[in-house]
Order: sequence, then structure tokens, then C-alpha cells
Amino acid sequence: MLPGSPVLAMERLRMSTTTSTENSGLLAVLLPPFEKKHGCKVDVIAVGTGKSLKLGETGDVDVVFVHARKPEDKFVADGFGVNRRDVMYNDFVILGPPDDPAGIRNTVSASDAFARIAAAQARFVSRGDESGTHQKEKEIWKAAGIVPKGKWYLEAGQGMGEVIQMAAQVRGYTLADRGTYIAYRKKTDLAVLRQGDKGLWNPYGVIAVNPARHPHVKHGLAMKFIEYLTGEEGRRIIADFKIDGEPLFFVHGPHEVKH
Amino acid sequence: MDFLLDSLRASLYLIVTRDPAFCHAVWTSLYVSFWSIIFAALLGIPAGLAVGLTEFPLKRTVITGLNSLMAVPTVLIGLLVYGFISRQGPFGGFGLLFTPSAIIVGDALLAAPIVANLALSSVRGANAAILPTAMTLGGDRLQSVLTLVSEIRFGMVAAVIAGFGRVVSEVGVAMMLGGNILGYTRTMTTAIALETSKGEFALGIALGIVLMAVALAVNVIFQFLQRK
Repeated sequence: MLPGSPVLAMERLRMSTTTSTENSGLLAVLLPPFEKKHGCKVDVIAVGTGKSLKLGETGDVDVVFVHARKPEDKFVADGFGVNRRDVMYNDFVILGPPDDPAGIRNTVSASDAFARIAAAQARFVSRGDESGTHQKEKEIWKAAGIVPKGKWYLEAGQGMGEVIQMAAQVRGYTLADRGTYIAYRKKTDLAVLRQGDKGLWNPYGVIAVNPARHPHVKHGLAMKFIEYLTGEEGRRIIADFKIDGEPLFFVHGPHEVKH
Repeated sequence: MDFLLDSLRASLYLIVTRDPAFCHAVWTSLYVSFWSIIFAALLGIPAGLAVGLTEFPLKRTVITGLNSLMAVPTVLIGLLVYGFISRQGPFGGFGLLFTPSAIIVGDALLAAPIVANLALSSVRGANAAILPTAMTLGGDRLQSVLTLVSEIRFGMVAAVIAGFGRVVSEVGVAMMLGGNILGYTRTMTTAIALETSKGEFALGIALGIVLMAVALAVNVIFQFLQRK
């Protein structure tokens, strides 16, 4: 470390995570108690789920905290991660302009809504970044039997917050996780036009990077962190985290909130 | 108008309250810029002098190449360095990725061509008279070069200032290699990018105002040093 370094030597746990946990403000309340208890720093690298898992594969982080079940299971099956645990969940919502030009408000399912958007050639802003939300979006297009293409389909390649703002600016539709939507609600006039489908469920998982594959990772601390997230204290903090009185994430078990 | 007023208010608030996360980002920016410009100068000034003071075949080609290197995009430098220092890369064992040191490496490579080119132009601008004069006054080659360097020191300082301006204001390298980690590798520019992504435009502009103020202060200090 060169003279004048702005940081003290301290054990650092590196975690890659999705932009939704960071941008919503959850990590700002969730991490400090853990850091205090173990005298360490958790370094958060907030990128999409796809890149988060990639950073785990290359051993550039110690733990990943993401939301895309299939790639997560593959990550573990391929031997990159160990000890995957469910942490919390929320759901995805389809956002659009309040006047709903494609008329998706009265559709029966998410894929039906997507089909209407495509048929109306209404603007749709896609994350386009292999994030958990993008993977969910691709799943829905597939279920609708549509390959989205054309001038109306905008691939932004940016985080959830940017995409929500873009959708509001171009008066288009987008798929968002509820947590980020609530955090950004005041900054846009987008409305929730479709929600509650089983297919829109959004579970978050935490996985330790496999120390057998990357011996340098801080496996002990990563395991303690997973224990904390899924334990009594972590679950309580997640369940208590609210914006405008509305919870953003839900946990199973004692702190479960029915909704 | 509200937007700009809000930004001004937010920037004053950040400065007056000395918000710890904000101060840390300012300090990290200065810290990585300072060290990267030192390394860039150590690389760039000798390179510029060497090219300017010697004659060799393909000299024009080398100069053109050096000029073109100034146009390398920051994200490309970020990506290349990333490939070398990621755990999968040849220097992965050092665990440099997502540390302030990683940003220093990238920024030094970014600024070195600028420093080299400006050093080279000041040598070329001065070379004609000084070197032969110093030689005829009985100096050996090294002494003559030192005389030349002291004659063109303003040019050297200008080269360093230009390099500093480049690294303190860039966002690509800091984002890719630092990872924008709060309280660790978050710099002023990556903080601006983050606030923009969060839709906190006023706070983003506030940070921008502070960045400009810091750049101004650094330039004033340099100018003061130059006058001495």
C-alpha cells in the first residue's frame, strides 16, 4: 500500500451482487452489523447477476449474492460455488406508462402482456445485460413464443435503475424487480401494469465461492456471512427494511410477512 | 433552474457537513491520481526525452505511435489491465483487482502517453539551441541534458498537469478496475456515475462541482510551484 492510502488494513470480504440489493439501499443497513461483529469490511461490487457469477467463477470475489435460480444452480453444479442458501425474495413487475398504450392492464399473464406489447410495437426497454432481470425477461418472451426484435425493442445494457428511468423517458414498458421499482417510484411516473403471476417470483440466493477451486478466497468469512444473512439478525433486518412504509424484500420463517 | 440550484445546495451541503463517504471519495480520487501521475511521469518523461533527444530510424513512426496512444479509450485500458490482474490473469496472484492499486496501474498507463508526448514536444521546441550551447560550454552529454531539462521544466510540469487532469476526470478505468466499492475504491467520478444511475442527478452534479473545484485547486498549487 502506498503512502497516503485512504484505507486501513482490515480483513475484507469481497462480494459481487446484483444492482438491486445495492441501489435499493438494503446493503447499507444489512452490512454494518456484520462488519462490526467480525471487524471486517465487506467490499460490494454491484453488477448484474451474470457478471456477479462470472466474478465468482474467476475467483475475483469470495461470495456472490444474486437472483437467477437456474444460473445459480449451474454455478454450484459446475463446482464454482458451495453452500447455496435462499436469502429472501420479492417479485418482478411489468412497468409501463400510466395510459398503457399497448393495453396490458387486463391481460391474464406476463407472457400475454409481453405478446400485446410486441403486437402493438410499443417501446420496451430491456436490460440487455444478462442480469437476473434480463434472464427473467427472456424467459417470458420465450413463453410468449416471441423473439423480440425491431425498433420498438431497446436493449439498454444498463442497470435496473437506469432502465426504469429510460423507460419513463421514452414512455415505454420494462420488467423490473419490485425492490428497485419502489426505490425509484418517486423519480418516475411509470405504473405497475402487471404483477402477481407465479412466473414473476424473484428469489435471491447467496453462494460461497468454492475454496477447493480458488484456494485464496476467504471461505471462513464467506461462510460466516452466509450464516449471518440467513440467520435471525440478517432476516430481521431484511424484513424490517422499508421504503415509504413498504417492504422491499421478504424472508421465509419467523419474520415472514404475508402479502 | 431548480435542478441547478438543488445541485449547488447539495454540493455546499456535502462540503460543509464533510460527509464521510463523500470525503473518502474525494481522498481516493486524489490518492489514486497522485500516485498514478507519479508513475506516469516516471515512465513518460524519460520516454519523451529519449525520443526527443536521439536520432534513430523510424523515429517519425514512433512519434506517430506515441501520439495515437493518447487516443486509447479508458475502458480499453481498463479491460486490458483487468485481463492481466484478474485471478485468471498472469498477475492474478497479487489480488490487485478491485483495489485502489489497480486503478493506479490503469491510470498510470492512461496518462503515460500524454506525459511522454508533451515532454517530447517541449524537448523538440527547445532542443535546437540549448543542447549544442551546453556542449560547447564544456558539459558532457549527461550534464547538457540536465541543463536542457531544467530549461524546459515548465513544459515538464505542464505535461504532468495535463496527465493529472486526464486521470482525475476519467471514469472507465476507475469503474472497471476499482469496482466502485463504497469507502474503498469509490472515486468522485464513479460516485457521479452511480448517483446518475440512481436518478440522483442533483447529487451527481454536486459531486461534479466539487471535482472541478479540486482540479482548480490542484492547478493553482502547480502554478504556484512553477512561479517559484
